Amino acid sequence: MANRRVVIDPITRIEGHLRIEVEVDENNIVQKAYSSSTLWRGIELILKGRDPRDAGLMAQRICGVCTYSHYKAAVEAVENTLGVEPPYNAKLVRSLLNESLYMHDHVVHFYHLHGLDWVDVVSALSADPAKASELAFRYTDFPIATGSDELKAVQQKVKGFVEKGQLGPFANAYWGNRTYRFSPEQNLIALSHYLKALEVQRIAAQMFALFGAKQPHPQSLVVGGVTCVRDILNPSRLAEWKTKYETVRDFIDRAYYADIVMAAEAYGGEKSVLGGVGVKNFLCADAFLLNRTEHLFQSGYIKNGDITKVYDIDEMKIEEDVTHAWYKGEKPLQPYEGVTEPDYTGFVDGDTVNGKAKVINGEDKYSWVKAPRYDKEAMEVGPLACLLVNYGRGNEKVQKAVSDFLKRTGLPVEALFTTLGRTAARMLQTKLIADNAIETFNSLVENIKTDDSTYTRFEIDPEKEYKGRFIGEAPRGTLSHWVRIKEGVIENYQAVVPTTWNAGPMDANGKVGPYEASLVGLKLEDPAKPLEVLRVIHSFDPCMSCSVHVMDMKGTRISEFKVAPQSSSAAC
Amino acid sequence: MNGFDALYAKAQERIEVLSAMPATKEESVEQMLEKRGIERREFMKWAAGITALLALPSQFTPLFAEAAKLADRLPLIWLHMAECTGCSESLIRSDAPTIDSLIFDHISLEYHETLMAAAGWQAESNLERAMKTYAGRYILLVEGGVPTAMNGLYLTLGSQGRTGLELVREAAGHAAAIFSIGTCASFGGIQAAAPNPTGAKGVEKVITQPVINVPGCPPSAENIVGTLMHFLLFGALPALDRYNRPKWAYGNRIHDLCERRGHFDAGEFVENFGDEGAKAGWCLYKQGCKGPYTFNNCSTERFNQHTHWPIGAGHGCMGCSEPDFWDTMGPLEKPIESHLVMGVNSTVDKIGATLLTATVIGIGAHAVASLFVNNKEEKES
Repeated sequence: MANRRVVIDPITRIEGHLRIEVEVDENNIVQKAYSSSTLWRGIELILKGRDPRDAGLMAQRICGVCTYSHYKAAVEAVENTLGVEPPYNAKLVRSLLNESLYMHDHVVHFYHLHGLDWVDVVSALSADPAKASELAFRYTDFPIATGSDELKAVQQKVKGFVEKGQLGPFANAYWGNRTYRFSPEQNLIALSHYLKALEVQRIAAQMFALFGAKQPHPQSLVVGGVTCVRDILNPSRLAEWKTKYETVRDFIDRAYYADIVMAAEAYGGEKSVLGGVGVKNFLCADAFLLNRTEHLFQSGYIKNGDITKVYDIDEMKIEEDVTHAWYKGEKPLQPYEGVTEPDYTGFVDGDTVNGKAKVINGEDKYSWVKAPRYDKEAMEVGPLACLLVNYGRGNEKVQKAVSDFLKRTGLPVEALFTTLGRTAARMLQTKLIADNAIETFNSLVENIKTDDSTYTRFEIDPEKEYKGRFIGEAPRGTLSHWVRIKEGVIENYQAVVPTTWNAGPMDANGKVGPYEASLVGLKLEDPAKPLEVLRVIHSFDPCMSCSVHVMDMKGTRISEFKVAPQSSSAAC
Repeated sequence: MNGFDALYAKAQERIEVLSAMPATKEESVEQMLEKRGIERREFMKWAAGITALLALPSQFTPLFAEAAKLADRLPLIWLHMAECTGCSESLIRSDAPTIDSLIFDHISLEYHETLMAAAGWQAESNLERAMKTYAGRYILLVEGGVPTAMNGLYLTLGSQGRTGLELVREAAGHAAAIFSIGTCASFGGIQAAAPNPTGAKGVEKVITQPVINVPGCPPSAENIVGTLMHFLLFGALPALDRYNRPKWAYGNRIHDLCERRGHFDAGEFVENFGDEGAKAGWCLYKQGCKGPYTFNNCSTERFNQHTHWPIGAGHGCMGCSEPDFWDTMGPLEKPIESHLVMGVNSTVDKIGATLLTATVIGIGAHAVASLFVNNKEEKES
């Protein structure tokens, strides 16, 4: 029997517009996979010719979920370009905002975007709330939102929905699929945390807004520093941050950590989550300034899953391939050198397990996301990459967090290289950030006793040409922005974004990116209801709207590298 | 009968109409509130808050409470176009312990790609079913601009590869009301900034039905919820300004109710970010604040449960609820004063409070903005 095609469009519970297609054989095992971003916006092109000081606020609109990531990246790219060094206070505030962002973003991802891949809402109805309440102590000494009265109320609420067939956002999903492995009691615990997390994320957003002005889309960074000088000099605001921080950290410890321990136990034997790492190269950058000398995470990359060797990144080895992306181009190019023009070829008519559809022609171009490669190899970026690289680097904080988790769950190190491991890594990264953000905060409090500077003045010389970049981490992985300034305005802008690394299509050498590689070999219970695919793809936390890019001007060589034309693309 | 009495009578009629409509949920709001341990007093307080937000007198409070109870009569369909999901994120920040969000639970959220459990074919069938079952009854909320270049193919959705343009037109055809949530859906937004590579447009430019615009990047949760509540209670469009924005939210300039307004009037300006003026909370006009040309309620409502807002955090307003602000208000951190006074090269110190308020604002922010664009075009050509 020929392979059959499965089309999933839209992939929901993500940021933006993503289509995934897989081909399954007669045993419903995935043989081929395609990842396609179906929206192009062209923000990098829009940035051209504007005041470099506007880059931050504009680039931020690439994404409202990892909001702030592109703001900070663009502001720091312009600073690097102009040679502006912001004051220490500003660096700490930016780090503190980044920590606040992750504590929000990862919690929302696990509970509200990814959670329903692990938690069967309908199954929670048959749980015994009293037993579930007791069971919660198995995963943490201090459970939260799992009193038997609370669990009973949660159950009643959902029962109301289900009995009337009015599931609203929960309607027509994959309830009852055999790869859901939580017991009814475990489902009920997680469901209670789903609801609790809705409250907690609001507090996390407030925590961010105290120094960020608002969330999403903060407005307190400028090239040269930060503007929230009155907020950091206000003791009651500092105290307010700390109080909210403690509330969110408490939830991360008592619910998020505990639920992942619970998932490790329940899903430890579920094959569909024990694969899912096809590209075994991982890359990450420095992130989270804690004090004058130390970042919480350090940069590097590893190859073929070998964490005993960590290499330093040479940014000149990054190139992008458009063989299967909807742009013109003959060969893989360093982002600085590319010339990109949209070349949309669309979909073709085809049969799928659900009926006729427009499908991807895998021989042709099929996505708005380009395929970034490091030294010709695909790389996975994100929390798992960050943990593996730092573990390999000998980062003691990371080593301890990982070892403690493995010990607590009884999982072997190999378990990290799985869908389950990717989801656990995001939680561990959140916990590491939550545990260490207080150091950034204390560094700030200490420094403002003697130093209240928040801004470095600078001039842009219209006679001069500038170029520079930012490379750092966003919630979904390594993010870089590249900028060139000429005659006082942006001559060229490009962003190479985490989801580009992960979601990109096949390259000219037939090498596939992390999304596509992660799906091959996956067995589906029912290809018409492909829950297993959603679970694997969601474990990357897709963020498609970052699918921007493209400059269509000629590259110009200046000093040590060529800045470019076109850029790159997509997604945080 | 005076204006308010007439409005009151209209609202009462509306509640009768809503009451006669079939419920989409069997559980009443009272039962739901009770389950969540929310007392009637708190609920009434929330209704009073909505009433005040919408600038209506307090006798409307019980009507809003009544309307909220009937919220499930209006199913919602939320579509994502060319967007960043920031507006959806703003929505889920709505007030804790969340009577707003409870109302959202209660409103039948039939389709919302960020939140729904189903994906692919199952998600598409939810959308089709909702449009059919609730034809003529549902509220359509759109987030994101609509790409129109290349026949709309810069955005396709679903297994049949339909364009965002086709989908929004179809959904609009059967909607009881259409709200554009955020500046992208209202006016095209960031992707419509020059040179607008995808031909992105606001929803009102691509359909024939009337649209209520709720701009902002993103709009506050209050403005989204308030707009829904207003429609629920009156079943008609609220009073709108010339950009189809509800006047209750977008009727005042940021500048008019700004906490730093006294410093503007006194001529006390931040000269550089981080300077003594910045530490003292002086006016940000010289740092490019576009509060004088921007109509929104940020100065009073703020964001994230009233936690903070850009001017409070020492950064000027960038005008994000105005059409084409990316092009007309930039550079965002510089004042546009040289263009404000019709070619007269005055400094802001000379302009002073009176001149700026009376003359500049008098000629209208958009006249100013278009002048700026014209100048730019002349310069480029």
